[in-house]
Amino acid sequence: MSERIEPLWEVFVRARRGLSHVHVGSLHAPDAEMALRNARDVYTRRQEGVSLWVVPASAIAASSPDEKDSFFDPAADKVYRHPTFYDVPEGVQHL
Amino acid sequence: MSGLHDEALVDYTLALADDALVSAQRMGWWISRAPQLEEDVALANIGLDQLGQARLLLAHAGEVEGKGRDEDDLAYFRDERDFRNVCLVEREQSDFGVAMARLLIFACWQHELYSALSRSTDPTLAAVAAKAVKETAYHLDHASHWVVRLGDGTDESHRRMQAALDAEWPWRGELFDAAHLDPALVASGVAVDPATLRDPVEGRIGAVVRQATLAVPEVPDAYSRGRSGLHTETMGYLLAEMQSLARAHPGVTW
Repeated sequence: MSERIEPLWEVFVRARRGLSHVHVGSLHAPDAEMALRNARDVYTRRQEGVSLWVVPASAIAASSPDEKDSFFDPAADKVYRHPTFYDVPEGVQHL
Repeated sequence: MSGLHDEALVDYTLALADDALVSAQRMGWWISRAPQLEEDVALANIGLDQLGQARLLLAHAGEVEGKGRDEDDLAYFRDERDFRNVCLVEREQSDFGVAMARLLIFACWQHELYSALSRSTDPTLAAVAAKAVKETAYHLDHASHWVVRLGDGTDESHRRMQAALDAEWPWRGELFDAAHLDPALVASGVAVDPATLRDPVEGRIGAVVRQATLAVPEVPDAYSRGRSGLHTETMGYLLAEMQSLARAHPGVTW
């Protein structure tokens, strides 16, 4: 059984209602149902979550480290994209 | 309650506790030996669920008994003949298919038992059972998924899963045997008559077995008298491993 490499799955856990699912790690499993169960056992045994997603790692398109400069660096000097140029009236709490 | 009733309640509670305790010990064996790391954790979790059930039940038995024995005294300082678990759970299981066939049978039985026992007139038994129902539902789910995958997998896995089921099936009979149980406990609503569990348990297992493209074995029952304290050869080795630390260092904490 161990000779055959099983597909890799990425695991996402939602800690509470209202929060979004957060990536927590990955695991091997033969199919989605077993991946969910393995994720339950490996990642939620200390009450870390109320909901689980598993996604085949092969289904994730990831940005390449080689593209880091062209992808992310151009945002570095665009301070006007940050909402820091507004005067916040006194007493406003939820802005 | 009468003294006789208490004695019967202690025996009944010990039987259920020992099933869970001994099965937990066997589950622990798989840590570092399961086919994959994720399964190590899964079987450890299942074993720990069972150990939790055993602890609550042993503590309850000790309390009703009233001789000052706590859960550790009952787990570590009773000898083989005093253990009341069914032989099903104590036997060797170094084959993963055997472990899953056994877990399928045992978890299904435990789930039906605890579902009924959650309505026990003994409030402690009812509370332990209500907690354990959710746990055993997951154990059953876990075993079912593996049995289906191995049974409906390759020729080799199909052959070995059927062989595993054939090996475990004769030992299930003792789970439904009411001989060890005082009928008064059933009549007063404290205990569940195990004979009533046979049809639902075998029905549910049969559905999983058919989905796994396997056949329900047609084999005679094994001679299994664990409920009377008559165990198979492996039980002594299991207890030696489980009890040696506590006996070498009485009162030790770890």
